[in-house]
Amino acid sequence: MTALVLRGVRPYGEGDPVDVRIEDGLVAAIEPGLDAGDAEVVEAHGQVLLPGFVDLHTHLREPGREDTETIATGSAAAALGGYTAVFAMANTDPVADNAVVVEHVWRRGREVGLVDVHPVGAVTVGLRGEKLAELGTMAAAGVRVFSDDGHCVHDPLLMRRALEYSTALDAVVAQHAEEPRLTVGAQAHEGERAARLGLAGWPAVAEESIVARDCLLARQTGARLHVCHVSTAGTAEILRWAKGQGIEVSAEVTPHHLLLDDDRLAGYDPVNKVNPPLRTAADTKVLRDALAEGVVDCVATDHAPHAAQDKDCEWSAARPGMLGLQTALPVVVATMVEPGLLDWRGVARVLSERPAEIAGLPGHGRPIAVGEPATLTLVDPAARWTVRGAELASIAANTPYEGMELPGRVVTTLLRGRITAHEGMVRERE
Amino acid sequence: MKHLLATDGLDADTATAVLDTAEELKHVLLGREVKKLPTLRGRTVVTMFYEASTRTRVSFEIAGKWMSADVINVSASGSSVGKGESLRDTALTLAAAGADCVIVRHPASGAAHRLAGWLTEAGTSVVNAGDGTHEHPTQALLDAATLRERLGDIAGRRIAIVGDVLHSRVARSNVHLLTTLGAEVVLVAPPTLLPAHVDRWPVTVSHTLDAELPGLDAVMMLRVQAERMHGGFFPSAREYSIAYGLSEARLRALPEHAVVLHPGPMLRGMEIASAVADSQRAAITQQVANGVHVRMAVLYHLLAHEEEVA
Repeated sequence: MTALVLRGVRPYGEGDPVDVRIEDGLVAAIEPGLDAGDAEVVEAHGQVLLPGFVDLHTHLREPGREDTETIATGSAAAALGGYTAVFAMANTDPVADNAVVVEHVWRRGREVGLVDVHPVGAVTVGLRGEKLAELGTMAAAGVRVFSDDGHCVHDPLLMRRALEYSTALDAVVAQHAEEPRLTVGAQAHEGERAARLGLAGWPAVAEESIVARDCLLARQTGARLHVCHVSTAGTAEILRWAKGQGIEVSAEVTPHHLLLDDDRLAGYDPVNKVNPPLRTAADTKVLRDALAEGVVDCVATDHAPHAAQDKDCEWSAARPGMLGLQTALPVVVATMVEPGLLDWRGVARVLSERPAEIAGLPGHGRPIAVGEPATLTLVDPAARWTVRGAELASIAANTPYEGMELPGRVVTTLLRGRITAHEGMVRERE
Repeated sequence: MKHLLATDGLDADTATAVLDTAEELKHVLLGREVKKLPTLRGRTVVTMFYEASTRTRVSFEIAGKWMSADVINVSASGSSVGKGESLRDTALTLAAAGADCVIVRHPASGAAHRLAGWLTEAGTSVVNAGDGTHEHPTQALLDAATLRERLGDIAGRRIAIVGDVLHSRVARSNVHLLTTLGAEVVLVAPPTLLPAHVDRWPVTVSHTLDAELPGLDAVMMLRVQAERMHGGFFPSAREYSIAYGLSEARLRALPEHAVVLHPGPMLRGMEIASAVADSQRAAITQQVANGVHVRMAVLYHLLAHEEEVA
């Protein structure tokens, strides 16, 4: 592998610009005015250098819905979005509830090679919430995160067993917190907006009651719990309490729950339909503060591509979910960096370091230092760009951010010293 | 007016113009042996009903026919993609085939809004004939027409809407239209059948029907759907009927001039006593008759741009 020199970068957006020399996949030198020699030079003056992003929550749709996304196209979207590792959710068809599917996803990710694709294993067989999947066999195949995402492990006894069992596997159980009895037929956040529009409500308590229960189960079992896509102010309150008690709980928030709210429902355009639903503007504010404070640990995209016909239809027939990999960093800049809630070191924490820690992922979210893996992302903090769904790398093109101008752009992504994306183009392995 | 999708956002002038036209049409047709006006000759109106309905579909069909429009009825079962052709494709097909107006009833809230979006380019008008639990604007207009006839004016009147407000598109449309026209609206229902944050609606809320009766100019009873009775929204049909049913005793507690409305179909003995439904105070058949005139007026305002009414 040829050496690389990143010219004029600011690690964590701090201090004077420096040059970073990368050799054999590792950071070899960090100092100003490095002699590049015969190394490839990336001119990156004024760009912010961050550890490569890690997404704990991605739907790559392969196997099963390759018409909306594949491991190849999703990996491209991830690399272009600054990601170096993604966790592929288990709700594929067939479900990733066994070592065979899990190993397939892992192998396809390696073949594509743009990003480390880590399969998430299902907690229960077929995501049906009835019987534990073979967690141990999947753990032996390398799985460290288990989730029935899309469905809640709502049976309290089953959740207790999953948490208990996972403690022997050095794994974390990531819960999609939604009490199904409280969300029968639910279409949108239960609030003033949905009530006027006649959309059946998805009440905040359906999330909060499960999060509270699961925190108590985590305390009871000593297991590690991760809460997916926190969407309500009340959940943040419960997490604050649980962390104060020393309970081993971590949590993620999606970019869309930081930026968008239920004002979006007017017009009934299902590009805004997502589960959990867009909440109120007051919730987004609390979630931003909770993320800044560390009550919510990290940002995860819940990247969920859907075909045009599953979105360009009546609201109740539409599938929930939206693209996220290529817009995550800009949304974090818009909601957290520009208002002064996070500095770039904070961005490194919520997009890279904490998710890598939660998943127990070595080699990602590492400090930017000599001898560390060159798994890095370069961001142009001054760039502004307009989102066009058709220009994103995913097969699905519908996005609620269509036509929005967002700040901050990922320019270059490096995975163990190799450029995977640069100026809007992915670079396949040679 | 390009579409009629909701009464939310419909201004008082437009609503009054539709009501005035309906009244005019009623007088024009009064006593005529041949109930046919040439106004919409050559216009094609398609009704698309994705939910079972007799009264609304027939009312629209008669309205179109009395205006000399060509009326075509499409009934569809199943509503979502995967069960057959998508709503969007069906709509685009009808527009391409030459429909000037699509009247849609659909179980999904917002379906009429979506249709209007897809049909903007084709120039086809959309009338919402009931979308999920969202709105049913022509029902509210026909209720308003009936109240104007019975009470003279709507402004300043106190009108109760009683029953399952949470799931009622009729209630939502009436709240918006009646308040726009200057009425005071009071919603009477158990807390389980009221929408979230109803306190932010321009209405008052009560859980006690008896307390409201003496101050009302009109009472609008909503149908209690069977699935609600078994859905745990209230303990039993009997208890509901005792607390919220319009009995003969309650009819007597209303002021002399007060009107009883029901959008139908009625559950006699449940939300309304049979004797009340059949009393002179009830305007239920008058509502049905006005429905035709109001829908004629709506079609007129959407489709007959320059022509005279008659």
